[in-house]
Amino acid sequence: MSAAPALALEGVHKSFGRNEVLRGIDLALASHEVVCLIGASGSGKSTLLRCVNLLEPIDAGRIAVGGTEITEPRVDLNAVRRRIGIVFQAFNLFPHMSVLRNVTLAPTRALGLSRAEAEGRALELLERFGLADKRDEYPDRLSGGQQQRVAIVRALAMRPELMLLDEVTSALDPELVAEVLNVVRELAESGMTMLIATHEMSFARDIADRVCFLDAGLILEQGDPEEIFTAPREPRTQQFLQRIIDAGRL
Amino acid sequence: MRGWGGSGGRGVLVALGSTVVFAVVVVLAVSNAPGWPEVRRQFFNGEVLRESLGVIPEAFLLNVRIFLIAEALILVLALVIALVRSLPGPVFFPLRALAVAYADFFRGVPTILVIYLLGFGAPALEISGVPRDALFWGVVALVLVYSAYVSEVYRAGIDSVHPSQEAAARSLGLTRGQALRFVVLPQAVRRVVPPLLNDFIGLQKDTALVALLGPIEAFRQSQIEVASSFNYTPYIVTALLFVLLTVPLARLTDWLVARDRRRLLAAGGLR
Ligand SMILES: Nc1ncnc2c1ncn2[C@@H]1O[C@H](COP(=O)(O)OP(=O)(O)OP(=O)(O)O)[C@@H](O)[C@H]1O
Ligand SMILES: [Mg+2]
Repeated sequence: MSAAPALALEGVHKSFGRNEVLRGIDLALASHEVVCLIGASGSGKSTLLRCVNLLEPIDAGRIAVGGTEITEPRVDLNAVRRRIGIVFQAFNLFPHMSVLRNVTLAPTRALGLSRAEAEGRALELLERFGLADKRDEYPDRLSGGQQQRVAIVRALAMRPELMLLDEVTSALDPELVAEVLNVVRELAESGMTMLIATHEMSFARDIADRVCFLDAGLILEQGDPEEIFTAPREPRTQQFLQRIIDAGRL
Repeated sequence: MRGWGGSGGRGVLVALGSTVVFAVVVVLAVSNAPGWPEVRRQFFNGEVLRESLGVIPEAFLLNVRIFLIAEALILVLALVIALVRSLPGPVFFPLRALAVAYADFFRGVPTILVIYLLGFGAPALEISGVPRDALFWGVVALVLVYSAYVSEVYRAGIDSVHPSQEAAARSLGLTRGQALRFVVLPQAVRRVVPPLLNDFIGLQKDTALVALLGPIEAFRQSQIEVASSFNYTPYIVTALLFVLLTVPLARLTDWLVARDRRRLLAAGGLR
């Protein structure tokens, strides 16, 4: 079992109506590996992450987490999702709950932890990411960066074996990006297995063990970050990176 | 206190002054109008008023009871209907269709007709076990009709919570039921309190319709008083009692709407 990849996708297809968004994705992540997905807007990065979290059903192929197939029909969706944390671009905190309640809701309701246990876990994480003094605040009183860090803590409180991050800094003002990226970097250093969709190329280059370039629903090219960013082989990858460089974002 | 139309104490004084002047003008105009003594004798008779105040408020307590019981039942039944309507997937189609039919039917039929149908029809069946109490059926009729309206209010609230909230809850491993209970419904209900209270103002008034079945509530009692005194003052008393019950709810609704507006503005607009 220990040889099984943390996450494995084989021939994953996904369409919305006649729009074929994923056209056969093969991808495997080893434990503790950090993989960044880059690609143009609309190339299917978010869809890929949502499929892994079973928020979207796939049309063909299979996905396995830690060796167990999660895309077979009889699987318990909720049990699978408890093992996978996902953080969205728009934070999606629960606005009617305090920070602490946001973080403890799922551990108490989905894992059956006692309130004390869940709060212990939550406070430890809030402390670790510099949010301890915000425990009783409501989300609309926090900055975007703080909200996104709470969203990350909320996912971590489930002790997931895999984290999916979908452009977690895209909705942030530029001066708030760093605080969130630092959290992600710390997670990577602590050994969390992560699949990260991002437009932050220098961050991807810095943090990723491997970078995958997604183009029109296929992983066109993947490899070591240095290699992808300095010597991409595929013309489409070269074009994409050239556009990013022209826009002054690399 | 922007509502007074000025800043601080001066605003209050101006509002007070203009209200007094306005009231004096209205009183003078009305009391000097031809026919006012007749109107006063028919609708504002002191002696009949005293008599009415002895019996009508007591009867009005029945309206309050009907209202409170019906309201509690409506809140629950309407929520069930709204939830059934939001069940996903083709399996639940028959249930969803039933909930839609229910809402369409009871919003379409005049309340008075439902009250007659149940209040006179159900006891006439004489099936053992079916209550024959007119009051019972009156309340049932109100609950059925108003649940249809309130279920729509709930549904609008549920629909107004962005799907990403449910997605976030589900992504944490919560079941659909848990996501609904802890994440979607609390936000939905908060948003629909004002329209909900509005429907309840309608319900308060419609408790008078139960009188058609015989129970002696305020309206029926005032009819009796009118018949014995040949004077309409009892109707005025009843009308004022209903208004008295409505005003707090109406002001509460205003206050909630204003509060939500303030919150939205404070949060820098829509998020
Ligand atoms: N729920 C949906 N229903 C229909 N079409 C969808 C849905 N979600 C995504 N799509 C479509 O799938 C395609 C890929 O979208 P996706 O959000 O995965 O791209 P992305 O790579 O994440 O883009 P971005 O960088 O802008 O976030 C787009 O054409 C989009 O319109
Ligand atoms: Mg996206």
